[in-house]
Amino acid sequence: MSSASSATTGATKPSSTRAKPANKGEAAADYLDGRLGIYSLAKANLRKIFPDHWSFMLGEICLYTFVIIILTGVYLTLFFTPSMGEVVYHGTYAPLNGIKMSEAYASTMNISFEVRGGLLIRQIHHWAAIVFIAAMFVHMMRVFFTGAFRKPREINWLFGFLLLFLGMFDGFMGYSLPDDLLSGTGIRFMEGAVLAVPLVGTYLQMFMFGGEFPGNDIIPRLFTVHVLLIPGIMVGLLVAHLILVFYHKHTQFAGPGKTEENVVGMPLMPVYMAKAGGFFFLVFGIIAAMSAIATVNPIWAYGPYRPDQVSTDAQPDWYMGFSEGLIRVMPGWEIHLWGHTLNLGVFIPLMVFPMVLAVIAVYPFLESWITGDKREHHILDRPRNAPVRTALGVAWISWYLVMLIGGGNDLVATHLHLSLNDITYFVRTSFFLVPIIVFFVTKRWCLGLQRRDKEKVLHGRETGVIKRLPHGEFVEIHAQLPADKLHKLTAHEQLQPMELPAEVDENGVKRKIGRLTKLRAKISKGYFGEYSQIAKPTAEEHHEITSGHGHH
Amino acid sequence: MKKLSARRRHPLAALVVLLFALAVTGGLYAAFAPAEKAQADSSAQSLAIDEGKRLFAVGCSSCHGLNGQGSSTGPSLVGVGSAAVDFQVGTGRMPAQQPGAQIPRKKVIYSQAEIDQLAAFVASFGPGPVVPTKDQYTSTSPDDVAKGGELFRTNCAQCHNFAGSGGALTQGKYAPSLDGVDPKHIYEAMQTGPQNMPSFPDSTMPEAQKKQIVAFVRHTTSEEPNPGGLALGSLGPVTEGLFGWIFGLGALIAVAIWVAAHTTKAKKS
Repeated sequence: MSSASSATTGATKPSSTRAKPANKGEAAADYLDGRLGIYSLAKANLRKIFPDHWSFMLGEICLYTFVIIILTGVYLTLFFTPSMGEVVYHGTYAPLNGIKMSEAYASTMNISFEVRGGLLIRQIHHWAAIVFIAAMFVHMMRVFFTGAFRKPREINWLFGFLLLFLGMFDGFMGYSLPDDLLSGTGIRFMEGAVLAVPLVGTYLQMFMFGGEFPGNDIIPRLFTVHVLLIPGIMVGLLVAHLILVFYHKHTQFAGPGKTEENVVGMPLMPVYMAKAGGFFFLVFGIIAAMSAIATVNPIWAYGPYRPDQVSTDAQPDWYMGFSEGLIRVMPGWEIHLWGHTLNLGVFIPLMVFPMVLAVIAVYPFLESWITGDKREHHILDRPRNAPVRTALGVAWISWYLVMLIGGGNDLVATHLHLSLNDITYFVRTSFFLVPIIVFFVTKRWCLGLQRRDKEKVLHGRETGVIKRLPHGEFVEIHAQLPADKLHKLTAHEQLQPMELPAEVDENGVKRKIGRLTKLRAKISKGYFGEYSQIAKPTAEEHHEITSGHGHH
Repeated sequence: MKKLSARRRHPLAALVVLLFALAVTGGLYAAFAPAEKAQADSSAQSLAIDEGKRLFAVGCSSCHGLNGQGSSTGPSLVGVGSAAVDFQVGTGRMPAQQPGAQIPRKKVIYSQAEIDQLAAFVASFGPGPVVPTKDQYTSTSPDDVAKGGELFRTNCAQCHNFAGSGGALTQGKYAPSLDGVDPKHIYEAMQTGPQNMPSFPDSTMPEAQKKQIVAFVRHTTSEEPNPGGLALGSLGPVTEGLFGWIFGLGALIAVAIWVAAHTTKAKKS
């Protein structure tokens, strides 16, 4: 059964002739191996090498916060009643005494004020969710800006994207469950968005809510999806994501001795078991401390949901904030046709919303189409060495931030003493302009850093030591970079733009070049043309300058 | 009765009846008319109005006109009542520093006695909401906070936020935070509807409900320790998101960097 034992004992010998286990631990391991085959699994994976860099731990933050969310979530389900049945509150929180509310809200109040540790667990659950999605974003940024999504990791990028997407929606459903004034407003928002879908919107709305808003069905339904369906899918995706990380092996930054063929780092057992295990407790500790210090989602202050009530500062949690921004800044356009209303003011944002996210999902495939690069990549890019990719990523982030500002426009107005209307106009313009400006600024910035790298390689580091030459001139002494630094600055390869084949082939026959190919060549030139990268110094250039006399 | 009946045609009978009727009306009036109105000319009140007039001429008249008739820079004050003056001057909003989208709350420059004099003068322009007495805005029933909360979420929270933290309105206007506002001023604001706020006169919101709202606002903004820890401004998910990113994820990344920096080094043989 086990390849490890068969390798040591020989294939022909029956395994029963194996030496008697020396101690109880070995006996137990032997017992398990006979039934589970753990030797080969352990042998293959326990000594798995992982490279060391703080940014490779961002994914761990995601994993651990997810585990925290699952654990605390289970505790919360023990006390939560997913029902919209009406009750009158008579709990310990006096300011709501005698107020009518749903059982969902009353049970969340019970969790917060009567269940032992309930409020802390609720806050851990919610803070961990906020941090979980933030960590996924940062983790994805790391993968994006270092080009770790390239072959063979495109599918794993998609798994990660789906985890982000599902995480966002599960978060939304989670904070909708307590049926407080804020979450009810959020569900109302969702209902409005569903209604804005042409033709099928009203049917979808009736299907989801089982009648007119709010009805009695929506909270029990959200509960099932929130605690069962989506977490189930997410756990599956997470496992697949991790299996692929093991299968592909981890990427690493360029450095001496690091190649596309190897992984330089520490073994999983014992180094990373200890580090990762310890890090889990650090993450749990920080989230718990945060939850003990600061309130999140104070449902007692929001009050129970009633469709005739609303509070200002009715925003979704941050990861849905950009959809709020889209709705807030969109002009309220409507088209009335044959007695029907097409609510563009809601429908257009509803269509932009998935597109904002979809561009993240498709980018690896887009880039591999442009580069035509089918090789495997395990050495990471420095962001500056892929200026167009970096600029696109930063432009997307700026775009997202503009939408977030739109979503929090009222707080920007009150805290910076600005006019709400001005912020709306600013966001409308910036939605189109800011990503473009940011793209060009970032690209130039990357090129500037590339020039600096080149400068450093050729002329060394400025030592700050000033020397006076015999004829009176002052020069600063430059010191050559050590070899590993030189390697780091010059290890990247520079792709060349794609060349279109000649108009006519060797027989003089006019060649047909598809429109798509032409487009690809154009984009490729934008990515790798003369204005998009600085040629890195060659060994000859370096030799010529350093072998001669001194400093420029 | 016969005697009276016999003299009913006496030439002076009409005069007697008239005098009698006058005496009865006057007597009834004296008995039932509001005491303050009857003492309108009492020295204290008229003194207050006189003093108020002087203060008004110095501090208010450049915008509101010498007789409170209003101008292009300030509205007419006829009929705003003493409650409006007590609110606007008592919270430092008036006298205004400069025109703008909204006149902010600032340091109060008049003493309460002077404010009362100004209020008396402005109230003399015409009838309006009167400064409430302490028992009008001081709640005694413990149920008032819960009832006030429900009223607050129905009538106030859409601008002032669920916890009275304030919120934005259009064109730079805003609903101010209710933190640390005197209960009397909360009551007066509801009575008079200052600046961009709608007014909630007793006809639409009875006195008892106003008292409950005041009780809720007092409870939420100043008396209650927040059960969950720092309230982060009670501004909803925006500040929570910022806190989560900056302190939550920020701390985690700092720890990640620390963990990555402290590693077992491979033995250099």
